[in-house]
Amino acid sequence: MTGIAPERRDLAEAFLENPSGPHSPELQRLVNALRFEKDMTGKHVVVETKRHEEWTLAQLPAVRYSPLILHHDQVFTNLEDAERAIFRLRWEAATGQKLD
Amino acid sequence: MRKLLGYSDQISVRPGETIRFMVSSLDSTPYKADIVRLICGDDRPSGPGYKEVKVETPISGEYEGRAQPIRDGSCAIVPHQPVFDTLSSFTVQAMIWPTTPQRGAQTLLCKWCESTRAGFHLGIDESGGVIITIGDGSGQVETLSVGKPLVAREWYFVAASFDEGTQELRLYQEPLSHNPGLGEPIAVQGHVGLALAGANTAPFMIAAHGADVANPVASAQHHYNGKIDSPRLAARALERSEMAQLVKGPIPERLSSDIIGWWDFSCDIPSAGITDLGSHQLHGETVNLPTRAMRGFNWDGSEHSWLHAPEHYGAIHFHDDDLYDAGWDADFELVIPQDMKSGIYCARLIGAQDEERIPFFVRPPANTRTSNVVLLISTATFQAYANARSDISMPLAEVKEGHIHTLSTDDVFLWENKGYGLSTYDKHSDETGVCYSSRLRPILNMRPRTGLWSLNADTHVTDWLETIGQSYDVVTDEDLHDEGLSALAPYRVVVTGAHPEYWSTPMMEAMAAYQQQGGRLMYLGGNGFYWRIAYHDELPGVLEVRRAENGMRFQSTEPGEYYQSFNGELGGLWRRLGTPPNAIVGAGTVATGFDSASYYRRTADSHDPRATFIFEGVGEDELIGDFGSLLGGAAGVELDAASRKLGTPPHALVVARSEGHSQLYFLCPEETPFHHPIMSGAENDRVRADMVFYETSNGGGVFTTGSISWCASLATNDYDNNVARISGNVLARFLDPAPLSTES
Repeated sequence: MTGIAPERRDLAEAFLENPSGPHSPELQRLVNALRFEKDMTGKHVVVETKRHEEWTLAQLPAVRYSPLILHHDQVFTNLEDAERAIFRLRWEAATGQKLD
Repeated sequence: MRKLLGYSDQISVRPGETIRFMVSSLDSTPYKADIVRLICGDDRPSGPGYKEVKVETPISGEYEGRAQPIRDGSCAIVPHQPVFDTLSSFTVQAMIWPTTPQRGAQTLLCKWCESTRAGFHLGIDESGGVIITIGDGSGQVETLSVGKPLVAREWYFVAASFDEGTQELRLYQEPLSHNPGLGEPIAVQGHVGLALAGANTAPFMIAAHGADVANPVASAQHHYNGKIDSPRLAARALERSEMAQLVKGPIPERLSSDIIGWWDFSCDIPSAGITDLGSHQLHGETVNLPTRAMRGFNWDGSEHSWLHAPEHYGAIHFHDDDLYDAGWDADFELVIPQDMKSGIYCARLIGAQDEERIPFFVRPPANTRTSNVVLLISTATFQAYANARSDISMPLAEVKEGHIHTLSTDDVFLWENKGYGLSTYDKHSDETGVCYSSRLRPILNMRPRTGLWSLNADTHVTDWLETIGQSYDVVTDEDLHDEGLSALAPYRVVVTGAHPEYWSTPMMEAMAAYQQQGGRLMYLGGNGFYWRIAYHDELPGVLEVRRAENGMRFQSTEPGEYYQSFNGELGGLWRRLGTPPNAIVGAGTVATGFDSASYYRRTADSHDPRATFIFEGVGEDELIGDFGSLLGGAAGVELDAASRKLGTPPHALVVARSEGHSQLYFLCPEETPFHHPIMSGAENDRVRADMVFYETSNGGGVFTTGSISWCASLATNDYDNNVARISGNVLARFLDPAPLSTES
């Protein structure tokens, strides 16, 4: 994946510190690279499961008009935490490294 | 999850007129209904607060509730006629451009009765190639297939013939192009043990077939994706050389007695009908608005307008997810009471597990107005975005928006449930762009309590007007299109919502005429007056967009298909079509961004005596709109800027300008003729909103904010802020009958 350097955990940590931005140009390039997934199958999103109160991690299915996959063990009460959770998943998928 | 869905037959009504509401209760449970006046649909904790007021009407009560089916997918149907009964031997043929042959089981052309297994059916089978099926009605059925897949997005000649005398069945699949990758023409034949292809009372169908002869539309299945051009039906097994004579017109005299149907889709392109040029006049109707004015197999690039060369536009593109009118039965109807105040209303449905609000707009009684202010409701824009799924189907959407996708339960419903139709931002299931959008179906994002877009965002304006005690009437885009200037002429001030993006030619002409007569326009949004649309002259509630050549597009219209089928006009950006938004409101779209919003700073022009009224109570160095409930600023989302070159009037004052936009704001494609790295708000000062004021003829004026997020800043601090102050100052001056003059 273009623009993802596993050794730049400092960038990842900066994102986790402030997921809403604005980000440095370097971090923005990393975020763009993680967000751009050509294959939408399995793409992580969040579903608003309680209006304005609760969001649940979900993944898009392979086929349109089929159920989303909801991860009921990953529920958030604010969108910044949801951003962090999805960032961690993508970082690990791209680098093989877990983020604390 | 959704259990109640509905829509209305009208979108704009006056007292005394009747509006009908169609409801589906998905679990067939009862619901209560009443009417509410909508003041503010924004229920976010950071917003002004949800406000609706119940209105007593005769429809208040409990309703049984029943599930109503939704049936998408387009096709064409020619009713059965006695001449079809004479078919024993036959030839059926067409030019086709399939887009999803790999999906198998699709109908091309058929006269087939499923229950008696009689007739013929030319289609695509699981191999992706063409197949012919014939049955004699006694239960005996024969098939013949080529067994080689069609290549998507390539033109083919396909045909089948059956000779009753020799009992020979033939099938042809021939690529039009000589590209070796498409293979050689294929012809297969077989001797079958059938005396004839049995007669039936089924209609002749194109691009789908009805499992139930009595209800072919309701039972349509095996919808085909792709184009069909020049379908023909003959009462004899023609030789291949004779079939070639049927591909293009005119009808060859030597074969005319054999011709049963000669359908020419280039005839009457704006209509929903299909025309048979043969002597039997087997005319038909399309179902669910397949796309017309499509390049045919013989389009050669020499003409781009179907009006100039209709013979190049003999194709119809069918899709398995087209939808025009859901066609539900009405649950209840309301005669608008004489004393119903003009405004935004909803039929509110409350079930055991779900609530639904179906919006509609009430105008004052005919030939009256109840205020000097009219709010122009952007129903064309609401409809263009109807049920949009593009945000969650485009790989680049999250990168562009700068945050993860957050799906509401309605988004999930639309993602998981086929049938409710697409928006003009979406692609069909075959990846071709959507051109038509109808309001005769549930539109889940044209609702209060949804995301801050479309109708819901515009209720920030109604809440502001109500809060400051300003009376207003409402008028919709459809009214403006239908009535022209007379829809606006009675009003001293026209106020828009946050995003009046889609305009038909009559709407633009009416707005220009309103300004000429001295009207005052407050354009409180961004990305306005951007795309041209067409409404249909005969079919209610549907509009067309062709995303031609340039502009911010999630899907692009294919070359040669830029002209609107409803009226023959060239589609695309008004910027390219002779009436740039700058000429109507002094500014046009330059940039978009969805991660943050910014503020405006006053310019030297703001101290021009002509403009001082705008800033009464606003400090010289005060930042304007550095707050708000949409991304935190009044200058955000989609931004418009002034440009003399694009038509901003020479005397226009740019009284404030936004700055400090982020690196995720980018210039629009049409703003830059080539790629370069200085595109974002962090580096390019063209990424900005210009607040513009100028006077028009006969004492009129225009005030433009050039930003979609402006209206979401009105309510901050209980409407005590400089965005509300500026808006109020302009409204007060525009309501003052004293002429606005460049001399003042």
